[in-house]
Amino acid sequence: MFPRAFQYHRAGSLKEATTMLAQLGDEAKLLAGGQSLIPLMKLRFANPKHLVDLNFIPGVAYIKEDKNTLRFGALTRHSDIENSVAAARIAVLHDCAAGIADVQIRNRGTIGGSLAEADPSGDWAVVLSTLETTVRCVGPQGERTIPLSQFITDAYTTLLAKDEVVREVIVKLPPPGSGGAYIAFKRAAPVYPTASAAVHLVMNNDICQEAAISLGCVGLTFTKASEAETALRGRSVNEKTIQGASEAARSAADPQPDMRGSAEYKRTLVAALVRRAIEVALRRAQGKRCEVSHLYA
Amino acid sequence: MPKTATKPGRARSRKKSTDAGIQEVPIRVNVNGKAYAVSVEPRLLLVELLREHLDLTGTHVGCDTTYCGACTVLMNGKTVKSCTLFAVQADGAEIMTVEGLARDGELHSIQKAFGDCHGLQCGYCTPGLMMSTYQLLLSNPQPNESEIRKAIAGNTCRCTGYQNIFKAIRVAAEKAKGAQHGDQVFR
Repeated sequence: MFPRAFQYHRAGSLKEATTMLAQLGDEAKLLAGGQSLIPLMKLRFANPKHLVDLNFIPGVAYIKEDKNTLRFGALTRHSDIENSVAAARIAVLHDCAAGIADVQIRNRGTIGGSLAEADPSGDWAVVLSTLETTVRCVGPQGERTIPLSQFITDAYTTLLAKDEVVREVIVKLPPPGSGGAYIAFKRAAPVYPTASAAVHLVMNNDICQEAAISLGCVGLTFTKASEAETALRGRSVNEKTIQGASEAARSAADPQPDMRGSAEYKRTLVAALVRRAIEVALRRAQGKRCEVSHLYA
Repeated sequence: MPKTATKPGRARSRKKSTDAGIQEVPIRVNVNGKAYAVSVEPRLLLVELLREHLDLTGTHVGCDTTYCGACTVLMNGKTVKSCTLFAVQADGAEIMTVEGLARDGELHSIQKAFGDCHGLQCGYCTPGLMMSTYQLLLSNPQPNESEIRKAIAGNTCRCTGYQNIFKAIRVAAEKAKGAQHGDQVFR
């Protein structure tokens, strides 16, 4: 299968990429990892007239620890994050990076591309929305930094202007006594999950000081399960409160029925994933090492 | 002598490609240690460059939708699905295909293990599986069962039920054990 013919442009810097986008207009698209875009182009669901390739730009793939933050260059591949000692400081980032699709796709796909694509089934936005994450963007007018919660506005839609590109993803290191987990339910490795849940807890002894819970694949963007968070915040995390959070997550989910399952099936699934993710996050917040992996049908 | 690859795929151009409107990008790739300078249309996929223009047909096109992994090759030491990468993106890269495994007529230990263990039936997925195995053993010469399974999660086999593939990878890993970590030429 071949995409429609397009003109290929190789950007030498992010600045040059924004200039190219401004000049080429609406029918230009950026090529980062290409693991979503190229299949869409081959199926001719996407037919850009121009592709601006970001892969030859030096210095846009990195993982840096800087004060209390981790900084990811936009072109950092999932596999780089999967194998990074620095990124492993936030266990949930490793859960996410190591579980996206398969080895080959993780070797190409990028964190910046995943956020800019804003696929409702994408993994990164779900996980990063449970942490303090900002997206640093660059355009012809200069730079701006947008909180992730505002960055993604709808399915496949972000605040990025037509001539703007993601430069960096910045994640604040969570305080001591916190732990997170991300669990997705998948039919097979290379496909998007049927549903997923990310949980981040900040514990003070037995009391949950802060809780962040996000759901994937059950809405047009990642779904903040605010009432599920409220069910844990200020309380001890036990069978009863976990049950409450899990039920609240089920109500927050608004899934579409599709070949992966009915809406009711996905609501039941996401409630179970939230329960498991809370249990893992709690153990990690207590300083216990806990491996987690995605579940396969 | 630069080789010109004009039209994508099998339908190689009947007319000369200098027609207005069709962009051609000159690229240099090193495939299995051999340098090529070719000129490609941007929409040409890496797998088609390999198969149709460089006549390296060991790399297979299976699903053509980024799922099955039959087209897996190494680009700069890392596995990629060559149906999901434009040839222009491989400019300056080192590509290794299944043809790069054997040396001087001698099969690579991974190839021998797949044969000895009946790790294939129809053989269609095998080139991709062997390249995924190659990357696994380069970075982790002693993988455990779970690591083996994760490493080939992006490769679909519809014949074997995978058990003999796992066996082949374990046997290949035994051979790789002696090789140094990251040794590019473990045989």
